[in-house]
Amino acid sequence: MRNLETDVLVVGAGGAGMYAAVEAARLGSRVILADRGLIGRSGATVMAQMTVAAAMGEPADDSVEAHLADTLQAGRELCEPDLSRLLCEEGLECVREMDTWGVGWARAEGQLTPVMAPGHDRPRCVYVDFLNTGPAVSRTLRTQVIRSPLVQRVGDLCITDLVVHEGRCAGAVGVHLTTGEAVTIVAGAVVLACGGLTRLYARNSASSNMGGDAYALALRAGAPLIDMEFVQFFPIGHLAPRMIGMDPIMWDPFRYKLGGRLLNGLKEEFTHRYGTEDGGRYTITRDQATYAIYKEVEAGRGSPHGGAWLSFEHLPPEQLRAAFGPVVDRLAKNGIDLAKTPIEVAPIAHYHMGGVAVDTRMATVVPGLFVGGEAVGGANGANRLSGNAITEAFAFGRRAGASAAQAVSVLAADAVADPVASASRIERVRAQAQRLIEATLTPGTLPTEANTAAAIDELQTIMSRKVGPFRTEAGLREGLDGVRALATRFHAAPSFAPGAFDPVWLDWFDLRNMTLVAETVTVAALERTESRGAHQREDHPGLDPNWTLHLESRLAGPTDAIALVQSQANPQIALARVPVNAGVAA
Amino acid sequence: MKSVAQLKVWRGAPPEEGHYEQYEVPFESGNSVLDGLRYIRSHFDRTLALRFACINANACKECMVMVDGKTVYGCTTRLEAREMRIEPLRNKDWIRDVVSEIGPPDERLPEA
Ligand SMILES: Cc1cc2nc3c(=O)[nH]c(=O)nc-3n(C[C@H](O)[C@H](O)[C@H](O)COP(=O)(O)OP(=O)(O)OC[C@H]3O[C@@H](n4cnc5c(N)ncnc54)[C@H](O)[C@@H]3O)c2cc1C
Repeated sequence: MRNLETDVLVVGAGGAGMYAAVEAARLGSRVILADRGLIGRSGATVMAQMTVAAAMGEPADDSVEAHLADTLQAGRELCEPDLSRLLCEEGLECVREMDTWGVGWARAEGQLTPVMAPGHDRPRCVYVDFLNTGPAVSRTLRTQVIRSPLVQRVGDLCITDLVVHEGRCAGAVGVHLTTGEAVTIVAGAVVLACGGLTRLYARNSASSNMGGDAYALALRAGAPLIDMEFVQFFPIGHLAPRMIGMDPIMWDPFRYKLGGRLLNGLKEEFTHRYGTEDGGRYTITRDQATYAIYKEVEAGRGSPHGGAWLSFEHLPPEQLRAAFGPVVDRLAKNGIDLAKTPIEVAPIAHYHMGGVAVDTRMATVVPGLFVGGEAVGGANGANRLSGNAITEAFAFGRRAGASAAQAVSVLAADAVADPVASASRIERVRAQAQRLIEATLTPGTLPTEANTAAAIDELQTIMSRKVGPFRTEAGLREGLDGVRALATRFHAAPSFAPGAFDPVWLDWFDLRNMTLVAETVTVAALERTESRGAHQREDHPGLDPNWTLHLESRLAGPTDAIALVQSQANPQIALARVPVNAGVAA
Repeated sequence: MKSVAQLKVWRGAPPEEGHYEQYEVPFESGNSVLDGLRYIRSHFDRTLALRFACINANACKECMVMVDGKTVYGCTTRLEAREMRIEPLRNKDWIRDVVSEIGPPDERLPEA
């Protein structure tokens, strides 16, 4: 076992986690920045190729108020307005700060060249050429992290549980993947920045690290989640042929610039059947497109891989090249020639609006536990505007880092006042962490024939089929049964001690979190008997004003992580209805 | 169009010497070596250790392996209907199966 100690532990090194680490260190805290993969390379941030929304006011006028109005509008009355404001306001400061750090927002003749994106009232979205936004953002933040001597970077460290001691989050435990060794980290404060949950779905834009760890860790530490039913699907995600090195949502700019015909498996236009004329200009909205593709596949008229064709064959090759230059060559490397063959697209899980309930300091109800980035719930309500997610990662990461540093400085003052009490507290937290490790990392009775990798595939299929963008009570109930059955089958830990880079143990930790988070999404989706934004109930069409509230999820029964681990039953979720704008984590 | 690749995959962990195991992996044109290795985990042997994050964005750069003696990204190398030899990186410490230590030295877990 390896034992570490720090002021602030940041879990996850994407945009939010790296910003949090830089900020906490800037305020004088010692930081451990831990990631289950490589620092700055393992989450959504590095994969994002499109844009970042901020009211930079250059070259044309813009304002935080205008950005906020658009954000609230998209959120369909479920935004926590104070969080949305923070996203727009502090996000803007961060996007400027990133500029001073040399991220390289695209400019022409010295002026920014923001682009238009759906739902924004004016061009507001900056980017880094060519399709290089995420890599540039990650590299810039990683450089800042490396320049902060107070930050210690630790890759290949998967955090498996938070340590809550005397009502306060006081550290975490995890597995060092490289060796399989258990690790305890005693910390004055913890920032959860583990990103979203889109890996729950078979078709997604996710990396293997986006199984919703932040939500599961928060639940087991006693912090409630909100809006878990709101998963954003991107309608024309890339489906086939296999394409490497390109963002699966890349067809969006193609569609804006060039139009593009959406065709069913019989190569017929079909969106008009669902009340929308397409007419080759492709102006259909995201939810309409998702719905039309789903229905066509359901009727047996899908493309070979179960989506729709997107065709640019009607365009001359010169026009394609003029619009997309080097991207055309990258497509050619994947064997794709848009002038000759259509590609297949389908709705894919892309982002999660819900998350851990926090106040504007990014503080949860558990003292010492802060959250940043996509893991936070509330800022984007029922639907997120494109470009807002990276801005959110910056703003909420920075704020969480600052709040964690502040919490630590209070503890530090106590330690100066009473060093003996402080030292004995660290000892007790360490002992608690070791008990947690004994409970979670001890071999169990999982049958050796149980295939953990196949079980994750199975979970993803259930979620895609039953808890996707269009939901019914019957489907959701089947989904819930399926998720629970899997959780039961994989409740017991693997029957051997974790080894170096142990894939079965990593799957098992993932299944433990993914089944819990899948259950949370499903029970909330069942409860919300209306359709709003990204949550569409076929049996409850239309927005119901009585549902202008959050569903808050907590663990029912014991929230003590050790008791949970030792209990034979699956954890259960308790839902509560919470008004919007009432200070969810007050 | 379905084809089959014969993947000859290096297995084991230090202090063992390691050995090859052979798998028949069906694939569609365009599928990557990483897709093939993931297929092995779901269908034949869940204990095969792999490392990757982004799956096909070629953003994480974690899936570096040797295919037929050449260092490549598993995600950008396509499966072919023939025998393909997959090994860990030769110039890095071997951890397990096709996984090598690729974390930058100053980003590894400190001793204590
Ligand atoms: C392909 C793609 C394209 C996108 N394009 C855009 C875009 O153009 N514009 C936009 O605004 N948004 C976009 N988004 C969304 C946006 O990228 C994300 O919402 C945002 O980057 C999230 O940042 P984050 O720091 O919260 O999480 P992430 O960047 O996902 O980082 C989370 C980190 O936590 C680590 N982690 C997870 N669990 C653990 C654990 N248990 N222990 C240790 N570490 C852990 C992960 O390895 C990861 O490195 C896109 C998303 C994807 C997937």
